[in-house]
Amino acid sequence: MKSIAILDYGSGNLRSAQRAIEHIGAAVEITSDADVALNADGLVVPGVGAFKACMSGILGVDGKAIMSKRVAAKRPVLGICIGMQVLFTKGLEHSEGESGGTDGCAIWPGEVSQLSAPVLPHMGWNNVKAGANSKLLAGLDGESFYFVHSYAVKQSSGLIESRTTYGESFIASAEDGIVSATQFHPEKSGDVGLQLLKNWVQSL
Amino acid sequence: MTLSIRIIPCLDVTDGRVVKGVNFTNLVDAGDPVEMAKVYGAEGCDELTFLDISASSDDRETTLDVVRRTAEQVFIPLTVGGGIRSVSDVDRLLRAGADKVSINTAAITRPELIAEIADRFGSQVLVLSVDARRARTESGFEVTTHGGRTGTGIDALEWTARACALGAGEVLLNSMDADGTRAGYDIGMITAVRAVTNVPLIASGGAGGLEDFAAAIDAGANALLAASVFHFGVHRIADVKRYLSARGYPIREGAAH
Repeated sequence: MKSIAILDYGSGNLRSAQRAIEHIGAAVEITSDADVALNADGLVVPGVGAFKACMSGILGVDGKAIMSKRVAAKRPVLGICIGMQVLFTKGLEHSEGESGGTDGCAIWPGEVSQLSAPVLPHMGWNNVKAGANSKLLAGLDGESFYFVHSYAVKQSSGLIESRTTYGESFIASAEDGIVSATQFHPEKSGDVGLQLLKNWVQSL
Repeated sequence: MTLSIRIIPCLDVTDGRVVKGVNFTNLVDAGDPVEMAKVYGAEGCDELTFLDISASSDDRETTLDVVRRTAEQVFIPLTVGGGIRSVSDVDRLLRAGADKVSINTAAITRPELIAEIADRFGSQVLVLSVDARRARTESGFEVTTHGGRTGTGIDALEWTARACALGAGEVLLNSMDADGTRAGYDIGMITAVRAVTNVPLIASGGAGGLEDFAAAIDAGANALLAASVFHFGVHRIADVKRYLSARGYPIREGAAH
């Protein structure tokens, strides 16, 4: 059985990710311990709330360094929702009127900016167009997943990217062979979400 | 690619049981909220709402256990409302497995609670529940408490706009006039509230015929909540979705398999 660590840095409702991954048959530990997070077969970085708060929580448990070390050792990481956004260079949430925004973990190039849509947050089930050769969305092209967010990465970052449209097109999931991420919540997306998590766990 | 209209059954829970109007024939135990949640999940509901109508704190502990047991088995978003007075109440519910909480009376009594919850957990967890009725306020809609029995004199549109500015991430609009009538959602009220907020809007109260669901969407609702029509089997979730889909409204295909 694969071992999965969920990084605990004070972001809410880690249990739902734990339950979903346990349900598909993996051993899951919620942890802020660097050794556990480094050595698990897979590391999940969840996240709800604001980019800046999540980023400071991640830095508080040395999460950026943990992710960098895992990437260097080719050990897989899965970011979910804000846990995806912080993988990019910069988050512009709550930076209106300021310059710069908040630095992310910069594993991938790209900026996280507000969606242009009449109703925000983008909340609910939306279809995802799977990127060519996506392992995460293998067999799941066109399925609906549950989203809750107002910010997203819109420009391509040269990864394997799946896309969704809400007001405008944005990256719904991304992967580079080691690091994977979803803007939506697979742990809250019913059977298709469980299948995506299974795809990820089986790839470890 | 389009965001689907969400169909949300609401379960009123006290002392670990669903209490309001349940007439399931395909269940051994029709009053078990966990069993009902599983059935609705399998039928393709897009979210679930538990309304905790418990009178005592012991009952509330039991409801927490219901949330916990449901979250073990149903992997779609769960909202829990009723009796939430503080940030620590929210924390307990989220830890039990709720994804969102809805607050009503406590926010009216102390509006800063909205900002406190949003700052701690993010706006996306916070559903503002507005129980409103037609009355002689400025907009013609008044906020009520105690299930619509007590008027507050607060204008429903002003209150909604203010609460969203404080950090509410979604609005659950319950029409107290329409509630339980099955005569249709209060379309005028939905239209009026839609105009004062840009967060997602859930219509509640009055769902009867299938055309009622479509009318609420046309008025600006992003999600549709109903209790009795689902509990009594007047409509199945799939009936509503099929009806809406045939008329071009975006819905999520397919239940859990």
